Amino acid sequence: MNWLEQHRLALGLILRRFARSPLSSLLAMMVIGVALSLPLGLYTLVDNTRSLAGNVKIQPQITVFLSPGASAGSAREIEARLKEKHAIRQFRFIPRDQAMQELLQSAGLADVAAGLDKNPLPDAFVIETLSTNPAELESLRNGLLKLPKVDSVLLDTVWAKRLNGMLRLGRDIALLLAALLGFALVVVTSNTIRLQILSQRDEIEISKLIGATDAFIRRPFLYHGALQGLGGGLAAWLIVVLCLHFLNIGVDELARLYASRFHLQVPGTGDMLALLLFSSLLGWIGAFLAVGRHLREIEPRA
Amino acid sequence: MATIKNEMISFSQVHMRYPGGREALKNLNFTVERGEMVFITGPTGAGKSTLLKLVAAIVKPSTGSVVVSGQNVGKLRQAAIPYLRRKLGLIFQDHKLLYDRSVLENVMLPLHITGFPRAETLKRARAALDKVNLLGLEKANPISLSGGEQQRLCVARAIVNRPAIVLADEPTGNLDADYANEIMEMFKSFNQVGVTLLIATHDEHLITRHSGKTLHLKQGELPA
Repeated sequence: MNWLEQHRLALGLILRRFARSPLSSLLAMMVIGVALSLPLGLYTLVDNTRSLAGNVKIQPQITVFLSPGASAGSAREIEARLKEKHAIRQFRFIPRDQAMQELLQSAGLADVAAGLDKNPLPDAFVIETLSTNPAELESLRNGLLKLPKVDSVLLDTVWAKRLNGMLRLGRDIALLLAALLGFALVVVTSNTIRLQILSQRDEIEISKLIGATDAFIRRPFLYHGALQGLGGGLAAWLIVVLCLHFLNIGVDELARLYASRFHLQVPGTGDMLALLLFSSLLGWIGAFLAVGRHLREIEPRA
Repeated sequence: MATIKNEMISFSQVHMRYPGGREALKNLNFTVERGEMVFITGPTGAGKSTLLKLVAAIVKPSTGSVVVSGQNVGKLRQAAIPYLRRKLGLIFQDHKLLYDRSVLENVMLPLHITGFPRAETLKRARAALDKVNLLGLEKANPISLSGGEQQRLCVARAIVNRPAIVLADEPTGNLDADYANEIMEMFKSFNQVGVTLLIATHDEHLITRHSGKTLHLKQGELPA
């Protein structure tokens, strides 16, 4: 029955109420905005770093060092065993003499290498794997360690794993902050709506006397909560965008020094819509809780 | 059955005791027929307001039954009460107007609550304001109106839904004789088009000048 008209009325009532006290409405939205900008900002930074890390090709390499006294025969034997392993895409053998030559030619270390009277380097295999899955790499590494005459196996994806781990930690912190501050948003909204209900006491009482259903009385308050959440979400987005623009001044300079085109990206449309939906929903929930608790208390006086 | 159909309000063996023990009404039995105009009189504290509150389901009877247009009000579910109240027009001594909106918006409120279409809402609200001679003031804030005008606005809001029953609690309580007469003339004109009216008043002059059935309450009872 004319439900669209009823919603239009409730929305109009709230917009007029906002317009009547624009400052306090804006302040309430700013409080929510600042609270939400923390997790949103952190999430954006983590996301940006991830895209930076994603540009670096994480092709895991495994280096197998043979024991110092290993003969050419045992090296051939290991070569044969490596060929049997399906997880290995390709490998190459670096004899100890070749490794020494490379060391002698490399900048900085040439003097050190020249001072050595005998070659301390072992023979080595450098292996490229098919999989990038850390668990599979780890089991491959353990298998290689068991081969005869193998001294040590170096898995050089550790740094990538560490970076990934840190990024994940950053994202988890952002999610945790979002959860905590989301809860704060519900509480803040619930409190604003509670005050609103108390200041609207007469109106609620009169509406009930005239035959308003609970749904009719509840509706504007729910709109109030949702709109306030929406405004808070917009404020958070604006704060993050402004902060990113400010940070990008320094980032661009730093990136130029590294000959990189890295630039902090503002959250995408999808992220922004998700944020606005999230903040509106939480505002609605806050209002719903307040209305549920306080509307029943206001009955026409007996 | 024909007589029952015409009973708009019927009280049978109604007792009303407020929490705390004060007995406001004792063993009330009466009926109000469709289209009647009934005065409820008696000194302050005789239970006039309580009687009206029982009809509007603002309070429930301790024992006995209050039936309003076929519905036992005391047994109504909470969710059904709004729909009962939409059949009633309530007029209060203290007007109970909303001072954060215009005269016209005050009158439109019951129509918004009922969910009338927009054009119809405006038309009906203006018609109601016309009936109480407030059409020129529709944009004003109720706070700027005189006491008599505020009472007329309250009347307009009560009748805009075209209720079958109008309940008025001391509608002329704060008004001087001229304004009181004006309100009473309005009530009479509503009554002439078939509206049932229940008017609580302690003003005996009003009743002597305007004929109607009278229920005289004395300490919560109706002496035979």
